Amino acid sequence: MEHLICNNLTAGYDGKAIIADLSFSVNAGDYLCILGENGSGKSTLMKTLLRLKSPMSGEITMGSGLSANEIGYLPQQTVVQKDFPASVREVVLSGCLNGCGLRPFYNKKEKQLASENMEKLGITNLANRCYRELSGGQQQRTLLARALCATRKILLLDEPTAGLDPTSTAEMYELIAGLNDKRNGGTSIIMISHDIANAMKYASHILLIGSGKLLFNGTAAEYSQFVGGAAS
Amino acid sequence: MTFGERIDQLIYLFNNFDFARYALLVGVLIAFCSSLLGVTLVLRRLSFIGSGLSHVSFGSTTIVAAIAMIIGVESFQNNFFFVLPITILCSIWLLLSGPNSKIKGDSALAMLSVGSLAVGYLFMNIFPKSANVAADICTVLFGSTAILTLGSKQWLVWLCVGLSVLVSAMFLLFYNKIFAITFDEDFASATGIKAKTYNAILAIIIAVIIVLAMNLVGALLVSALVVFPALTAMRVFKSFKAVTICSVIVSVFCSTIGILLSAMYDNLPLGSVIVAVNLAVFILFAFAGLAARRKKA
Ligand SMILES: Nc1ncnc2c1ncn2[C@@H]1O[C@H](COP(=O)(O)OP(=O)(O)OP(=O)(O)O)[C@@H](O)[C@H]1O
Ligand SMILES: [Mg+2]
Repeated sequence: MEHLICNNLTAGYDGKAIIADLSFSVNAGDYLCILGENGSGKSTLMKTLLRLKSPMSGEITMGSGLSANEIGYLPQQTVVQKDFPASVREVVLSGCLNGCGLRPFYNKKEKQLASENMEKLGITNLANRCYRELSGGQQQRTLLARALCATRKILLLDEPTAGLDPTSTAEMYELIAGLNDKRNGGTSIIMISHDIANAMKYASHILLIGSGKLLFNGTAAEYSQFVGGAAS
Repeated sequence: MTFGERIDQLIYLFNNFDFARYALLVGVLIAFCSSLLGVTLVLRRLSFIGSGLSHVSFGSTTIVAAIAMIIGVESFQNNFFFVLPITILCSIWLLLSGPNSKIKGDSALAMLSVGSLAVGYLFMNIFPKSANVAADICTVLFGSTAILTLGSKQWLVWLCVGLSVLVSAMFLLFYNKIFAITFDEDFASATGIKAKTYNAILAIIIAVIIVLAMNLVGALLVSALVVFPALTAMRVFKSFKAVTICSVIVSVFCSTIGILLSAMYDNLPLGSVIVAVNLAVFILFAFAGLAARRKKA
């Protein structure tokens, strides 16, 4: 079952294309890793996929059985106002909002979900702390917990391990792999990363972008051949 | 008069006159509503939306006054019903332009407020001033000077009650959505929240509140009523819920004190007293916040 299909997608800012003519698709249960240098347009691509910006040309089709409120997202940078009063619990809970529809308040199940996700990311003890007074890594965990609250179907993560220490990074990859596991429901993952070793280890598919176009699109196994071939 | 005599006079006033009780009711309701959205506005760097929108109201008041004069309508006491829609439209424009637009929020505000101020003043001078217009414009700029002017307009009292109930209900219904789109609009839209729609609803609520609050403190001071309670609460509290609750309490408290003081002393204009009390409480909280942080460190 396809979750997301891109056809000849061109994305950019103010009429200037950053990446052109991308075609790929993501199936349910896939773990896709997007690789590329700084400034190659990975975040731009992800924002376009999320419809935060409109594509310059081409089209993005959501597969059957996936609607906009079943997407989880971890932005690369969140420009949260410096003096925003928000507790960690409030931020994580706000991830559940897309399941509420017109219901004004969170129900028991959603509060439970938020607690579980805080537990998973080891931030339960921070629940009542002010978000803006946390360290970068703690903030990252909070935002990931929020993303997990928003979906069981597909997660889009923009550099989820940025700012995490080595142990936490390893834990994070295990956690994401766990979510992707069929036995846990098989959440599809689209992740941007610079960590090629871990990408090859965990991802099922790799997308490499650079020089404004798609350089590689295939499975992780094919990618190691591709890299090997280029080296020799 | 001694302080005790003034208190007696105050009690006499509230026991015997409807207008005094109405003034207090209107003041408390306006204070309640205006503090609800302060946090959101401060965080969106739209603290000055109060000034901007109230200048728009000023501009449209003079235009409406001029038109009323041209078509020969004597009284335009109900200019409210023309001014409100215009203000709502401007508010929606400001909030929907958002952080990504070409003209940033603060410059858009500046443009709007000086623009309408100039147009307003222009209209005042082009068309011969009648006493009526001048008096109305003074109220628009400085609010009610005494509780008598506030409490004696029956229609205003009932309008305030109705709109306050509406605004609080909307705020309660959309509380979580308002939090989400203020904290991280991109995440909200990415995960399927209709951020644009909620922003528009927010804009309408804000415009209604501003126009209401103008009746209490006037166009020049309306930002204070909207922003002070939120800033005060943010000195001490760290979660959105706590800040919202605290700012409502602070706002209602300050306005009540202000109204009572203005009723006790004839030479204290209502709007300025309320803002002054807000300022005093802000300073108090700022020190309390500082002390609390010292203690922790
Ligand atoms: N808001 C913007 N307006 C105009 N150009 C932008 C904007 N944001 C990014 N760009 C440009 O688009 C290009 C791609 O940026 P993008 O953020 O997608 O890179 P990236 O691949 O995510 O890089 P990184 O690895 O550093 O996160 C860059 O050249 C950048 O200068
Ligand atoms: Mg990026």
